[in-house]
Amino acid sequence: MKYVDEFRNGEIARAVAAQIASLTDPDRHYKLMEVCGGHTHTIYRHGIKDLLPDQVELVHGPGCPVCVLPMGRVDEGITIAERPEVIFTCFGDMMRVPGSRGNLLEVKAEGADIRMVYSPLDALRIARENPDREVVFYAIGFETTAPSTALTLQRAKKEGIENFSVFCNHVTIVPPVRALLDSPDLRLDAFIGPGHVSTVIGCRPYEFMSEDYGKPCVVAGFEPLDLLQSILMLMRQLDEGRCEVENQYGRVVLWEGNVQALKSMAEVFELRPYFEWRGLGFIAQSALKLSPAYADFDAELRYSTPGVRVADPKACQCGEVLKGVLKPHECKVFGTACTPERPLGALMVSSEGACAAYYNFGRKSFEKVEIGSKG
Amino acid sequence: MTEREQRVLDALEQNRRRPPKFTAQRIDMSHGAGGKATHKLIEGLLLPAFENPALAPLSDAALIPFGEAHLALTTDSFVVRPLVFPGGSIGELAVNGTVNDLAVSGATPLGLSAALIIEEGLETDVLTGEVEAMARAAEEAGVYIATGDTKVVERGKGDGLYVITTGVGIADPELNLSSASVRPGDKVLCSGTLGDHGAAILIARGDLELEAEVFSDTRPLTPLVEALKESAGPGLRFMRDPTRGGVGTVLNELARDSGYGVALWEERLPIRDVVNGACEILGIDPLYVANEGKLLAVVAPESADAALEALRNIEGGEEAQIIGEVREEPARMVVMHTGFGGTRMIDMLVGDPLPRIC
Repeated sequence: MKYVDEFRNGEIARAVAAQIASLTDPDRHYKLMEVCGGHTHTIYRHGIKDLLPDQVELVHGPGCPVCVLPMGRVDEGITIAERPEVIFTCFGDMMRVPGSRGNLLEVKAEGADIRMVYSPLDALRIARENPDREVVFYAIGFETTAPSTALTLQRAKKEGIENFSVFCNHVTIVPPVRALLDSPDLRLDAFIGPGHVSTVIGCRPYEFMSEDYGKPCVVAGFEPLDLLQSILMLMRQLDEGRCEVENQYGRVVLWEGNVQALKSMAEVFELRPYFEWRGLGFIAQSALKLSPAYADFDAELRYSTPGVRVADPKACQCGEVLKGVLKPHECKVFGTACTPERPLGALMVSSEGACAAYYNFGRKSFEKVEIGSKG
Repeated sequence: MTEREQRVLDALEQNRRRPPKFTAQRIDMSHGAGGKATHKLIEGLLLPAFENPALAPLSDAALIPFGEAHLALTTDSFVVRPLVFPGGSIGELAVNGTVNDLAVSGATPLGLSAALIIEEGLETDVLTGEVEAMARAAEEAGVYIATGDTKVVERGKGDGLYVITTGVGIADPELNLSSASVRPGDKVLCSGTLGDHGAAILIARGDLELEAEVFSDTRPLTPLVEALKESAGPGLRFMRDPTRGGVGTVLNELARDSGYGVALWEERLPIRDVVNGACEILGIDPLYVANEGKLLAVVAPESADAALEALRNIEGGEEAQIIGEVREEPARMVVMHTGFGGTRMIDMLVGDPLPRIC
C-alpha cells in the first residue's frame, strides 16, 4: 500500500464512472460545485471531467484561499514586507498573488527580505534565530491551515517570543458557500464538500446546506478516486431524491471534526464582522482575526495597517462565473483588463481558475480532447 | 459556439501570436525558472536586441556556417546550491550540461571553455574537488577544457562557486534537427526517468526535512545521441535535453514552434516512485522538474521502435520510453491522457514551481 497509486487506479475509475453514467438522466443537466481549490487541482490534473457523462458539469468553487484574497490585503502585506526591520514569511503560492502594484516576488526583487516557508513554525524558528529582526508570518488559508497558525501563536506566547507577529488572512468556508446559496440566480444541484477543511471543522457545519437549502453535500478526499466516488454518492442522492450531508473522506474526516484544533482556534482567533473576497465582495463573518488575548502578536495592530481597499472594477463578474450564470468569456473584462499576467478576479489568479484555464486553452479547458488511451 | 465567444477566442489567439513584450520593472526569481517569464525575458528583451539568424531558432546550440560545415556553439551558467548533491556536483553538471546542449543539437563536441566565479573564503578542498569533477566529466565525454577564466568576488556576492561553460562542436551535416522537421504521427521518445535531478536538489537543500534516496541524473548524453543517430538516421527530427522547466516546457516549445499538437500518455512516463512521492509531498509536478541526463527526441514513426531499442541497450537509456506522439490537433498545445483515464492540458511552467498550500 503506497497510499497514492491505489487511489489513482484507472480500472476502478472506469467502473465508478460507469455507475455514475447509469444514474444520469439523459434529459437533465447536473451542475455540481467542488468548493475546494485542492479538488479543482485534482480534477484538472487527472482529467476527471472526461470520465463523466456530458450531462454532469463540475463548477469550480470559491475555495482557493490565495485566489480569493483581495488586492488590498496583498498591498498591506507588501507594505509590511517593505519595512527594513521585517523578515516577511509566507507560503510559496502566496508569492505570485497580485496586489494593485505587483506581487511579493517583485517586492522581493526590489530588496524586501521575503522568505518562503512550509509551516508557520518555520517562521517562528526564523524569529528565534533573528532576535534583532521583526518576523511577520502572512497567514492564509481556510480552517485547514488556521490551526497550525493558532498552535504557532500559542507556542510564541508560551516562549515569550516578542519579535514575531502574524498578518492574519484566514477565511472560513461556510459563509461564502452560504452567500452562493442565498443568491437567487444560483444554478447548482449539489456540492462536493472540502476534505481538509472538514478534518478540522467536521461535517456538521454543512448540515444547513441540505436542511435549509435542499442541496446535497458529500465531503470528499483529494485523490481522483475520492472525487469520483463523491460524485457517485451525489448522483445517488439526486437519483433517489435524498438530500443529506455524507462523508466520503471517512479515513481522515470525523463527523465532529478535530476538537483539539477547534479549541486552539477558539482561543487564538475571533470572527471578523466582515471580510472582502476578490471578485465576490464583502461577506459577513467570513474571516478570522487574532483574539484580544493575542493582540500583541497581531501584525495589523503592530504596524497599524490602514485597511486599504482596492475596489474590484465594476465590470469584474467572478461572482456570476462562480455561480455558473456566466461562462468566462462572457465576463466584460475577460482577456482585456483581466488576464493571467494581471488578474483582476479570483478565477484568473491560479492557472486552474476557470477563467485562467479558458484563457490558456479556450474551449479545450472544458471540452473533451480525444487523443486515445494508447499511443 | 456563439459569435461573441469566437471573437474572444480569435482575439486571444492573435495576442498569443504577437511577439512578447518584456514589461517587468525588475528581474525576479520567476525570470530564472525556465517557464513563461523566462520566455518573455528571452523573446521580449534579448532576441530583439541581438536579432540574427543563428540565434533566431532558440535551440540548445546555435549553428554557425563555417566553410562547408556548421559550427555548433552553446553556453550555460551553473549556480546550483548546494555545490555537492547526491549523484553529482556543480563541476560535473557544468561540463555535462554544455556537452549535452551540443549533443542534442546533433553536434560532436570539440572543446569547452570554463569560467569560475569564486567567492572569497571558499575552501580550496571544495574548489579542488569541483575542478577534478570537471576534468573527469570532460574525459568521460571525450572533450577538452581548452580555455578558461577565474574571478574572485567578495564574500556574500556568490554562493561559493559559479561555473560558466561554453562549448563548440561540429554539427552533423546529415541531420536536420528542428521543430520544422517534425510531422504529425512522429513519436516522442524520452531516454529515461524524469525529474531525478530537480528532486535530488530540492531534497538536498534540506528546507523540508524530507529523507529520500534520490540521485541527480547528470551524465553526458553523447552516447545516447550517437545511438539515436545510428538507429533512426534521417528519421531523427528533433532533440532537446529537458533541463530547467522540464519536459512540460520543452514539449510546449515544440508544440508552439512546430504548429502541431503533442499527445502524451501519463502511464508511459518513466518516473521513479520516490521522485513521484517527493513531488507529491512538495506539491510540484514532475513534468516541470529539471533533468540533467535525459533527452527528448522526436522520431519518425517507422524509426521509433529501432530508436527505442537502441536507447535501451545503452547505459543511461535502459528506461527509455515512447511517451507521446505529434498530432495535427490540438494545434500548438500539449495534452496528456492521464493514468486515471481523462485528459489534461499541459501548460508551460508559470513562474517558479512553487509548492501549493491548497
